[in-house]
Amino acid sequence: MNPAPTDGHSSRSRTGAPAFGSGAGSGRGSRFGLLAPSNGKLVGMDIRRRNNVTVIGRADGPVLLLAHGFGCDQNMWRLVVPMLAVDFRVVLFDYVGSGRSDPSAWSEQRYSSLEGYASDVLEVCEELNLRDVIFVGHSVSAMVGVLAAAKAPQRFSHLVMVAPSPRYIDDDGYRGGFSADDIDELLESLESNYLGWSAAMAPVIMGNADRPELGQELTTSFCATDPDMARVFARTTFLSDSRADLKTVAVPTLVLECRQDVIAPREVGAYVNEAIPGSRLVTLEATGHCPQLSAPQATAQAITDFIGAAG
Amino acid sequence: MGATDAVFISLLEDSAEELYEQAPCGYLSTLMDGTIAKINTTLLDWLGLSRAQVVGRMRFADLLTVGGKLYHETHFAPLLQMKGEVSGIALDIKAAGKQRMPVLVTSKVKTSDDGEPLLIRTTVFDARDRRAYETELLRGRQAAEEARRQAEADRERLQEALAVLQQNLLPAELPKVPGLEAASYYHTASPDLLGGDFYDLFPLDADRWAFFLGDVCGKGPQAAAVTSLTRYTLRAAALHDPDPVTVLSTLNTVLHERYTSGDTRYCTAIFGVLNPVDDHVSVHLASGGHPSALIQHADGTADYLPTPGGMLVGVLPGAQFETARTQLFPGDTLLLYTDGLTEARTGPDRELYGEDALRAFTAAQPAAGPQVLITALTGLLTGFGDGLDDDTALLALGVPAPLPTPVSEDLR
Repeated sequence: MNPAPTDGHSSRSRTGAPAFGSGAGSGRGSRFGLLAPSNGKLVGMDIRRRNNVTVIGRADGPVLLLAHGFGCDQNMWRLVVPMLAVDFRVVLFDYVGSGRSDPSAWSEQRYSSLEGYASDVLEVCEELNLRDVIFVGHSVSAMVGVLAAAKAPQRFSHLVMVAPSPRYIDDDGYRGGFSADDIDELLESLESNYLGWSAAMAPVIMGNADRPELGQELTTSFCATDPDMARVFARTTFLSDSRADLKTVAVPTLVLECRQDVIAPREVGAYVNEAIPGSRLVTLEATGHCPQLSAPQATAQAITDFIGAAG
Repeated sequence: MGATDAVFISLLEDSAEELYEQAPCGYLSTLMDGTIAKINTTLLDWLGLSRAQVVGRMRFADLLTVGGKLYHETHFAPLLQMKGEVSGIALDIKAAGKQRMPVLVTSKVKTSDDGEPLLIRTTVFDARDRRAYETELLRGRQAAEEARRQAEADRERLQEALAVLQQNLLPAELPKVPGLEAASYYHTASPDLLGGDFYDLFPLDADRWAFFLGDVCGKGPQAAAVTSLTRYTLRAAALHDPDPVTVLSTLNTVLHERYTSGDTRYCTAIFGVLNPVDDHVSVHLASGGHPSALIQHADGTADYLPTPGGMLVGVLPGAQFETARTQLFPGDTLLLYTDGLTEARTGPDRELYGEDALRAFTAAQPAAGPQVLITALTGLLTGFGDGLDDDTALLALGVPAPLPTPVSEDLR
């Protein structure tokens, strides 16, 4: 049984393990707005709801904006948030097209470039009136943070790039770790897995309110994404080349890499660190691409230490 | 003890180890970082690797193709870490002989008594046949989606073509006739079907104007072709000799020729000539099987202008048509309509609306000219809802009432 309603959103709250993003828009539900897709600009749309924004932690602490990468949603941060929330005001969100964002706000054109994702970040910052933001971006989101900071430098004080890669595909004199064929293979993998569960998940993702029996599935499904939107995000992520943007970074930056990471190998971490003026590189004793899950303590510690040291 | 029992007992003695090693699926156990600690023979055979090459040396992700590795890192591993188990994920392993082998993978984290994750147990099922089947399904779905897109595009093109054709059956706008006000309305029962109703208003010479309104039987492209033929035949015939009976007779000849050659379509129509004289407009019209025109008088009454006995146009050679004459004075409005209006179904008993109701409705409207009457009738049609299931054309022609007391202003 779910606990008794407390915020009017109990039907959307999850049971069991803590998870984020179920209470976004509390008390602001009336501010649903209109989309004007012609120029890609949102008018009157409730950004908190659109991006499933969650704010947690010390209200007067420095703002830590946690941005998930391709493949999941803000739940990726669930193991580090309890630790970070002690010192920081933690802001979490889902990019449009991921997690519990509003699928009706998605457009293929906007989210076919990393700028579209950077716009999501900036619009969340505007909506919450965030200043001196410490942007923590995982994987491709690290580069999204670079783009956002270049567009609105006044909003950001630090960048933390978790397992970043500015380009996944090998190039002349650059080793990203993958060939173009590899990326096609990933898209195939996406396709064959969605075949299995997208049909069951689609109504949940699309927020089908008149099928309450899907509610239980909803509580247990993390990282559920509409296949078409995931395909676009995958393409945008793995075909992007943001190497030239690294030199625009003008704030203290931490590059956080894992000792063993198939997606962002050490030489990519070294490349990023080299390209960003005055950045700091920390290699975590972790394997895989998601240190915030495989080594949450060390990841949170590295972030806290960096902010303490950078001041 | 029979031979069968002996076999059965030897089966039961199948050791746990043999059950593990020779299971019909792959088994492996890894440390939390993915390093392989234990793997069964079935899986080693699929991989074409020896135990020594794998245990302690490779991670689970190393067994996967690059695409599978990417998927593992972005989806599988995070989900496993968050939920403690992941099931039925489709991946490809690098099998013996540089083959890709589609598999379905399920993993579960084993935890200690106090909840610490210890290791990951994984089963790997051969999914070659299943994947081939899924690929077919996927291909089918893509083909269906493509077909749907194509069908939508075709439909859009067709709608556009239909709209252009439909416009061709009606005047884009009514011409301005001196001393006369004109208004029209066209209701399409279905956007997919070209209608058979038509009307027009056009000059004959410096002094006279012609109008017509009618209804070709049926709907769709064939009816529309006849409608188009009818409209331009009436226009051409009127320019040659505007006598209403002559015009309808010409149309009758044209349609009848078509009728006898297999396209058994006919129409009903009223054709008339307007002649503005001094303070009024004289009207001379003929009807071929069409519902009588209705006149809304300036004094708040309404009467039909009867044209009984006129025959359908195009069915019989030498068809007879009925004529009528009237004069429209300031404030009078002549209304022509098709039977979509009078044959609309109304009320709980779905009764025909009928000509009496139409006359009563018209008489109840203020005698304020064609546009006001058409607007009122449009509201009436809308009110019929789905009781109005046919196309409906309305054409109203009237002589405007003089403006109140402009004369005294001029005299001053």
